[in-house]
Amino acid sequence: MNATRRGILTAVPIIGAGVLGVGFWRMLSDMRSGAFDPRAIKNPNVGKPIPSFAMPGLPGLGDGFTDAELKAQHRPVLVNFFASWCIPCVAEMPGLRAISRNMPIWGIAYEDKPENAAGFVQRDGSPYARVASDRHGRVAIDWGVTGVPESFLVAPGGRIIWHGSAALDPQIYEAEIRPRLAGL
Amino acid sequence: MFGPEQGHFALALACVLALVQFAVPLWGASRRDARLVGLAPYLAVSQLIALGYSFLCLIMCAVGDDFSVQNVAANSAVSKPLLYKITGVWGNHEGSVLLWTLILAACGGAVSLFGRNLPDILRGRVLAILGGVSAGFQMFCLLTSDPFERVFPAPMDGQGMNPLLQDPGLAFHPPILYTGYVGFAVPFAFAVAALIEGRVDAAWGRWVRPWAVAAWCFLTCGIALGSWWSYYVLGWGGYWFWDPVENASLIPWLTGTALVHSAIVVEKREGLKIWTVLLAIATFSFSLSGTFLVRSGILNSVHAFANDPARGVFILALLAIVIGGSLALFAWRAPSLTSTGLFSPISREGSLVLNNILLCSICAVVVTGTMYPPFMQLLAGRTISVGKPFFDAATIPLTLPLLLAMGVGTALPWKRAQLARTFSHLYAAAGIAAIGVVLCFWRLSGIMPIACGALAIWVIAASASDVLRRIGIGHTSPRGVWERMKNLPRSSWGAALAHIGAGITVLGLCGMSQAQHAIVEIHIGETRSLGGDAWTLLDVHDYIGPNYKAMQADLAIRHNGKLVTILHPEKRDFTTQSQTTTEVAIHTNFITDLYGVIGDRHGTGKDTTYVLRLHRNPLAPWMWLGGLVMAIGGAFSLSDRRMRIGAPKRAAARNMARA
Amino acid sequence: MTRKTRRLWIVIACLACVGSAAALTLRAFSSNIVFFMAPSQVKASPPSPDRPIRLGGMVMAGSLHRINENGTPVNAFQVTDGQAAVEVHYTGILPDLFREGQSVVALGTVQKDGGFTASEVLAKHDETYMPKEVADELKRTGKWDPRFGKAPDASSWDTMTAKKAGG
Repeated sequence: MNATRRGILTAVPIIGAGVLGVGFWRMLSDMRSGAFDPRAIKNPNVGKPIPSFAMPGLPGLGDGFTDAELKAQHRPVLVNFFASWCIPCVAEMPGLRAISRNMPIWGIAYEDKPENAAGFVQRDGSPYARVASDRHGRVAIDWGVTGVPESFLVAPGGRIIWHGSAALDPQIYEAEIRPRLAGL
Repeated sequence: MFGPEQGHFALALACVLALVQFAVPLWGASRRDARLVGLAPYLAVSQLIALGYSFLCLIMCAVGDDFSVQNVAANSAVSKPLLYKITGVWGNHEGSVLLWTLILAACGGAVSLFGRNLPDILRGRVLAILGGVSAGFQMFCLLTSDPFERVFPAPMDGQGMNPLLQDPGLAFHPPILYTGYVGFAVPFAFAVAALIEGRVDAAWGRWVRPWAVAAWCFLTCGIALGSWWSYYVLGWGGYWFWDPVENASLIPWLTGTALVHSAIVVEKREGLKIWTVLLAIATFSFSLSGTFLVRSGILNSVHAFANDPARGVFILALLAIVIGGSLALFAWRAPSLTSTGLFSPISREGSLVLNNILLCSICAVVVTGTMYPPFMQLLAGRTISVGKPFFDAATIPLTLPLLLAMGVGTALPWKRAQLARTFSHLYAAAGIAAIGVVLCFWRLSGIMPIACGALAIWVIAASASDVLRRIGIGHTSPRGVWERMKNLPRSSWGAALAHIGAGITVLGLCGMSQAQHAIVEIHIGETRSLGGDAWTLLDVHDYIGPNYKAMQADLAIRHNGKLVTILHPEKRDFTTQSQTTTEVAIHTNFITDLYGVIGDRHGTGKDTTYVLRLHRNPLAPWMWLGGLVMAIGGAFSLSDRRMRIGAPKRAAARNMARA
Repeated sequence: MTRKTRRLWIVIACLACVGSAAALTLRAFSSNIVFFMAPSQVKASPPSPDRPIRLGGMVMAGSLHRINENGTPVNAFQVTDGQAAVEVHYTGILPDLFREGQSVVALGTVQKDGGFTASEVLAKHDETYMPKEVADELKRTGKWDPRFGKAPDASSWDTMTAKKAGG
């Protein structure tokens, strides 16, 4: 066997290991930013129009909203499902308030007593431009929500362009949402 | 004396010693300075002492209920039995990393003590490589998972341990498994040292083989013990789930088995040198990366440690240095290694080559199946999972030729074999295997179990008949047989035992493929039949244990009206941890396991029903028994004089002169 | 036996084994890969009954009931993704984290009548999974101090604050 061929053959393992290593590094860095989650379930509604709904508002927080109103928006809207009984939702509130300085967030209270939800939203200042109550979780089912909190980025015209199933924070906003806003 | 600060200091000291152990002998070897190289064993032993002290400190913290140490507070409690206070030390991430490095240091110590016959330069380099790997993991321990971290204020009592982990089987599983994983660091270090030196010869093969065999024995035991644990503790009736954690131990086992065999060819015939060096590197690399993938959370597992991607980045960097560095060295230096031995395809060497190709093909299939889901998700964004059906369909057909070759291989002579003569030795075994085929058709259903079962009987028969032929049964006087038995090398006995063990395991797997189970919901006094036995729920009663509440069933099993046994499966409710565990009840006669699990209670009063899971598992104990026999076979061949003494003095002298 | 012929033999053996391994892998991949499907995808294009899939979605509130088939207890519930719901039958003991209104993954096959028979049911958040934000919040509210051990498991999160009101 000549020397070049040997050289090529013995280099195969390191090339293979290198490819795997780069893949692992990508996975790890994506896991830290939340883009890659080996346990995630894909939401089938991404890329589709929002389902139709009409929901009442929360006491003291104005009227609810309907799919038509959401579709009529000229700016992208972040729709956030939350509940006062959900600890991750409590945890994401400061992040949502930070994000709400950049774009409107519409909140939907999932399976929650309206007065509890209203108190929860107002406790440290509401991040939501509008809030509606999904008392029995029917709307959440239509959206394909698998648990709260979950968030959807809705483009003008009512198409879902992004879905996140973790609590939001400014990092996720910068990494996931802002690039998509730029593309609109 | 044994406080956490002392332990922390000892760990840092060990890390510095390991760095010196890495740098000084390598530098000395390149300058041909015998004094610097000669320091390596002393450094290795002192590193071992420092690390052992550090580990002892952690144990003393746990035994002494020092809850100001976070690791103890999180995993121990005053009420925990002493045994589990000690074993709980390695039942968590930080402690297990410390145990891992301790075993690595112990490998270095063992090379220092038992490797006196090695040329100084080679031993210095081997110890240097071990020191380098050790230093990396100790830094990982110190920087990202410090087991001695203090908490303030200290809690009054600890959190206790996951009740699932309070089990003697699991307590000793990690040390054995880790010894298997880490043990392959020694062949790895030998391979890297040989690449630096640029020379691999028969003597090298002889030196490296005992270490590979020893690590292989521990890994075999570790895998068998883990499988047994999931069989009797998890209560799912399964023994192997093709879970990423299990695959992470199976992959190095497959390449390690290939290494143990290919090193024979290096030792006897100076062939397959580059390949053996690559296998030694690959086996340790797989051991390391398996742990990494599971700890970092890339692979999902049922037996999960806490996942932390940040920790993963550190380990990935460490792996890049260790694996990338050794493979780069391999790509650079391996082309200059040349083989000398010539052999015909039909020969002992030929069969060992075939064994290696098949084992590595199986390994490639397992690696592909394990890595496919995360890569598919990364590249295509599709979430898929690869489970038992895939692995069964893809690996079992490849084990069939492996089993067939196992029977023939040991009967073949070196260099060139005459087929007719070889087969004349195997007539008896082939006859027994033919009976085995009939037996399998009678007892088993499904084409793969029948084929595997028949081949397993063939392996056992061929291995046994090979030993019997060599000790001259049938054509020598009893006295001659005794003489031959004494003179037959222990490594031949060991090989035959290991092959028989593999056959027993495969038979156990075939038996388990015929397992029957039923999930029933019955009232007290009702009877259900499963596989010819009648299972009757006699009674269910509650009792209070030391730190749990339990529901215990009395489950009578009758065969043809005769009472076989009464099983007492339990369901325990640990109130402090708000966790329930199921205590499986197993009755075994070493042919069939009767396995009962109790589930939920439904309804009240007369309408109370109980969910029960009943299993009938034929030949289940054989799977682990076979693993044990394999490991005993390995240990037996380790006791071979030739393995212990190492290379003939002449070769050693020659190496000394060259160095 | 020259060096060349020996090499030829080794190459042939390698090709044969690696080739059959690759063929087996591909064949097993094509028939044994388990895809995740949502109920609407199952309804739109039902996979054949011999092909296992992973069904992911939310357990519809109020849909869980137990039926007894010849002494075997069967859990029946509906899994939905919003557009469609699939009836799931599962024999065995449901995981601790299984709750209505939360997501599950069920491994099994779609039957001819459109129902789904699960051989394994997994709740989405296993007990070791905790997002960092949750951990921080638990710490902040004093529900959990990481210095004293593992976080409480996911099933108890919503009982730790105000009781879930709806459902």
